[in-house]
Amino acid sequence: MNRVELQAMAETERNRQKAFQCRFLCCVGTPCLSAGGGVVQEALKQAIAVQGLDATVEVVGAGCMGPCSRGPLVRVLPAGGEEAIYEHMTPEKAGALVEAFAGPGCSSFPEESRISSDSPFFGKQVKIVLSGSGRVDPDRLESCVAEGAYTALAHALREMTPEEVCQEVVRSGLRGRGGAGYPTGVKWNLMRKAQGERKIVVANGDEGDPGAYMDRTLMESDPHRVLEGMALAAYAVGADQGYVYVRGEYPLAAQRIQRAIQAAERQGLLGNRILESRFNFRVDVRMGAGAFVCGEETALMASIMGRRGQPVPRPPYPAQRGLWGLPTLINNVETFGNIAPIIQHGGEWYAGYGTEKSRGTKVFALAGKVSWTGLIEVPLGITLREIVFDIGGGIPGGRSFKAAQTGGPSGGCIPAAHLDTPMDYESLQELGSIMGSGGLIVMDDRSCMPDVAKFFMEFCMDESCGKCAPCRGGTVQMVRLLQRITDGGAAPEDLEQLKELCLLLKETSLCGLGQTAPNPVLSTLRHFREEYDAHIREGRCPAGVCDLSGNSME
Amino acid sequence: MPGVKDQKIRLATVWLSGCSGCHMSFLDMDEHLLELQKLVHLVFSPLADHKCFPEGVDVVLVEGAVANTEHLALAQTLRRRSRVVVALGDCAVTGNVPALRNRLDSEGLLQAVYADGERLPGLDPRREVPQLLSSVLPLHRVIPVDVFLPGCPPAPRSIQAAVGALIQGESFVLPESMRRFG
Amino acid sequence: MAAVTLTLNNELISAREGQTLLEVIRDHGVDLPTLCHLDGLSERGACRLCMVEVEGTSRLLAACVTPVQEGMNIRTDSDRLLRYRKMLVELLLAERSHVCSVCTMNGKCELQALAVRLGIDHVRYEALHPALPVDASHGRFVLDHNRCILCGRCLRACDEVEGAHTLDVMGRGVRSRIIVDFNQPWGSSFTCTGCGKCVQVCPTGAMVARENIAGRVEKRPDFLLRILDGRQKRVWRW
Ligand SMILES: Cc1cc2nc3c(=O)[nH]c(=O)nc-3n(C[C@H](O)[C@H](O)[C@H](O)COP(=O)(O)O)c2cc1C
Ligand code: SF4
Ligand code: SF4
Repeated sequence: MNRVELQAMAETERNRQKAFQCRFLCCVGTPCLSAGGGVVQEALKQAIAVQGLDATVEVVGAGCMGPCSRGPLVRVLPAGGEEAIYEHMTPEKAGALVEAFAGPGCSSFPEESRISSDSPFFGKQVKIVLSGSGRVDPDRLESCVAEGAYTALAHALREMTPEEVCQEVVRSGLRGRGGAGYPTGVKWNLMRKAQGERKIVVANGDEGDPGAYMDRTLMESDPHRVLEGMALAAYAVGADQGYVYVRGEYPLAAQRIQRAIQAAERQGLLGNRILESRFNFRVDVRMGAGAFVCGEETALMASIMGRRGQPVPRPPYPAQRGLWGLPTLINNVETFGNIAPIIQHGGEWYAGYGTEKSRGTKVFALAGKVSWTGLIEVPLGITLREIVFDIGGGIPGGRSFKAAQTGGPSGGCIPAAHLDTPMDYESLQELGSIMGSGGLIVMDDRSCMPDVAKFFMEFCMDESCGKCAPCRGGTVQMVRLLQRITDGGAAPEDLEQLKELCLLLKETSLCGLGQTAPNPVLSTLRHFREEYDAHIREGRCPAGVCDLSGNSME
Repeated sequence: MPGVKDQKIRLATVWLSGCSGCHMSFLDMDEHLLELQKLVHLVFSPLADHKCFPEGVDVVLVEGAVANTEHLALAQTLRRRSRVVVALGDCAVTGNVPALRNRLDSEGLLQAVYADGERLPGLDPRREVPQLLSSVLPLHRVIPVDVFLPGCPPAPRSIQAAVGALIQGESFVLPESMRRFG
Repeated sequence: MAAVTLTLNNELISAREGQTLLEVIRDHGVDLPTLCHLDGLSERGACRLCMVEVEGTSRLLAACVTPVQEGMNIRTDSDRLLRYRKMLVELLLAERSHVCSVCTMNGKCELQALAVRLGIDHVRYEALHPALPVDASHGRFVLDHNRCILCGRCLRACDEVEGAHTLDVMGRGVRSRIIVDFNQPWGSSFTCTGCGKCVQVCPTGAMVARENIAGRVEKRPDFLLRILDGRQKRVWRW
């Protein structure tokens, strides 16, 4: 396929869609499917068949629409009318929806279960990465192409040199969304200049943070967006092979990516002579086997090569010597999700969102004690207060906000006093947390901070690969100390020992897992020291979570 | 001579869960014991017949790990009543051989040894022997310890150096040449 | 090879380009402890005992995997480093059952010696006492997991020098464990050539030869270099 044919495909698909009087988009992401989305979609189809509306009404799958805890979600797109999203759909409601549409006054939709499009949940969001999610059918290439997939690639291959693609990314100010926030353009330029017989591009879709599902959603909802970003990267750095490394617990995401690769290859959008240019880029999927540490880039490469998924010391960095000794570019899935829009609209346009040092938008998985949970995309620099109280709708049940946890097991807790902190890489770091990959857990006054710290430390203990002594042995000891604190059996020296171990892990661990594992402890110690003291000195859990009676030696 | 008697250091030695090898090593100080005897009162020790741990002890050498409730109580008492607590030997310092049973279930162990064993059939271990702790612990996990003398057993010269310094009221850290586990 | 100059504990020294910091530091007689490093094997960077301070970076660097650079200013003996080394060895001692008094390697063990050298007279951390087996199924060697510090010397010697790759690691975190082939008794291994290199390089009593169990153990971890120098450089030291 060439560029003209690509445009033709988009045109044909758009016309096909316009021919319908109404289209029902059913979310086929994991949260909605597990809430019964599949049955709802079937019920819609059946109801339409019964009413004999097959020719005028279409029911299709689409990706994530955002308020995931309210699924199954269905987006209704009436021709010429206003669109709407329906929440908590059931087969019964589906029938009613079709009836309402088929009956007289066809575009007056029932109010019940309808999420108003001016709901504050959507108000402050800006969708760049997720612009296609919830609108395109991830299993149909045509549907994605109709929304613009591969036009940025076609443009770059024809009009831009690899340097220019890199420069555009530099100009955008995009920073890696995998956690560390390394400037993507800088990485690409290093990689472009790296010498190697061949080069490789890897999308990191391991996403191991508890509660985070940004990358899964993107892979499930708009797989071609990720693939196009990878292809643009490959063109920019001179790679001809790509891997999407998908977390083992994400079979659906892997399947969607796999199908998308096949569809794109069939149409000459991936593989050899892409869009009839001289650019070749093959992509393969590799599945993880359930280890958090395999998200760390050197462990990830070991895993792809079929070795034990353990980190190795850097340098050499992957861009110097990566997979099979070849220069390898590793970026997060969401990072790649930003690339096509940047190439399409320009780096300047992208840099118009966000703050001076943190440009663009970021996807967060908003979870915990807020009225609206789900997947959101917001411009960086938005305050935590806006996310929690405007988008999230505040704390339910008349409770009060206590802290927000960002960055998962590598991050920390932000207390109420810092609700007006802008969400950008530097501000979060100053508070002792990190941006991380985008997990955001809101806690109310019923959360006990030492207990929260223990939860994350247990996670790190379980996920430590066991290679280096500080992380392997230190995480266990820290869990024991936190256990003693939450059991009421701790002495003041135990707290000193805990702090000393935090520093040891931070400064001597081999990889980021061990180096950042102390963060949840350090940040809760910093902002909620009085809770630790209450446990240790007064034998009291202020949040009423811990049972401090079970502290005897026997 | 009244006066002089009062200036003697009150020394105690305690035997928890250990093989008594550390006490043997203590006795292996040989003629130095005679010098020591001039300076200290041995106020509590398995080497003598004392029933309860006295008040006002200056230095106590503790051999053995903390394995049961009786050890635990004694450790807490001796800490309250002594100025300097010395963990004497690997069992007190690390748990050593007694701690090898930590991977076993302590209830089952009591049963196997006291009730099901051939020697003492029918004994009810829950009533007649002190209850085992779920794991054998080194002394410093139970009470604060001031001086550690590892070794299995610590060499007589290490004990002599430590006791010599401590009864002079000096602090003591084992020099590298005398330090050794096992 | 080009020479570089650098500062080591306030002393100006020179080194060859391409050397690691560990090589340079040891060449100059500074005692920097290691457990996973062994001359002749690839670096694993796992024990973290050789961390040093290098001026200009706030991070500590593992000397075994850091190439030397012109003008570096290195410290190996700050209070912080000494404290961390001690803590690392204490963590190793707490992790398995290192009961020196009943260990075959008592008196010859690198871990035991290091603890003494670092001034450890007790372990502040909770002893974990995991219930680990002893594999005595092999005709000549015994693998006692209770003494293993997961330094990975055995498996590297097996893979890189003997070429058998009989040994590897299973599990993760504190549950990591050395395994033979597909986690089977050593005696049933088809790949083990019985060369005994693993036993010779093991720093602790985790791997010992049967004939040593009752008697004195003399391990020769330095013999690897003799094999490798002969093989690679045709230099034989008899
Ligand atoms: C323990 C650990 C886990 C990680 N997990 C992930 C992950 O799940 N996804 C990810 O993209 N990056 C993860 N990273 C970061 C990667 O090592 C790497 O920095 C990132 O993929 C680079 O992409 P970026 O520059 O686009 O952020 C992890 C790092 C560590 C230390
Ligand atoms: S820090 Fe933890 S996860 Fe990373 S190499 Fe060390 S043991 Fe493995
Ligand atoms: S068996 Fe010995 S050489 Fe092998 S990892 Fe354990 S301690 Fe190291």
